[in-house]
Amino acid sequence: MWSWVLHRITGFLIFFFLLVHILDTALVRVSPEAYDAVIGTYHTPIMGLGEAGLVAAILFHAFNGLRIVLVDFWSKGPRYQKLMLWIAVGLALVLLAGFLPFHLMNVFGGN
Amino acid sequence: MTVIADPKAPRAPRPGPGRRVTRTNLESAGWVFMRVSGVVLVVLVLGHLLTNLVTNGGVNAIDFAFVAGKWSSPVWQVWALLLLWLAMIHGANGLRTIINDYAEKTVTRLWLKSLVAVAFTLVVVLGTLVIFTFDPCPVDSSGALMTGVPSFCTAP
Repeated sequence: MWSWVLHRITGFLIFFFLLVHILDTALVRVSPEAYDAVIGTYHTPIMGLGEAGLVAAILFHAFNGLRIVLVDFWSKGPRYQKLMLWIAVGLALVLLAGFLPFHLMNVFGGN
Repeated sequence: MTVIADPKAPRAPRPGPGRRVTRTNLESAGWVFMRVSGVVLVVLVLGHLLTNLVTNGGVNAIDFAFVAGKWSSPVWQVWALLLLWLAMIHGANGLRTIINDYAEKTVTRLWLKSLVAVAFTLVVVLGTLVIFTFDPCPVDSSGALMTGVPSFCTAP
């Protein structure tokens, strides 16, 4: 049940980031300076924390989504749905643990 | 009456005040689309995050020259275009499901879904135009290369 709620919350948040992200990327069509000025804000510590949260949301949504596909299309899916939830959460956490030190050093370490 | 929250997403909404029973082929095609596009998006998004946030120096290395370098390859142009379309359709349809489940009034649902449709159209059209008309070596009005272009650009 909570995985279902979290899937919606993460999906909702990712969609609104996606809208902003396409708009900021569209600035490459204005000028390199305009794009660099806006993407520069993505390099700040506060945005860096937001990016960490975004990646966490994407990883959960991705692996829980694959679990939903397996529950719906694999004959044994419903039987293993609980186990697959912990595998999905585990995979997301492992990848996040690999990403966070590098990313946080990147955004907090000056440049 | 106590209403117990229950997962409604994969099924058509129950008929209630102002609610249609939608059990059409379009609705079930949407259900399949979410799963198929979801699997493809896992690959596209994780590849996007890996190249942009990890293997090329992380988020701080992203600037115009980085994007131009990436989009000089047709593989990454197609990657971006597929990401744009699939993620936007997947996301907009997901939001439509959420609106159908939580917005009680017919008018509210109509307004919210119209808003999603307008945002979807604007962003997808804009994004597609940007990918197809992107110039990695733009010049200013005097004909000189703009500052911030990648090093492979040569003066016209």
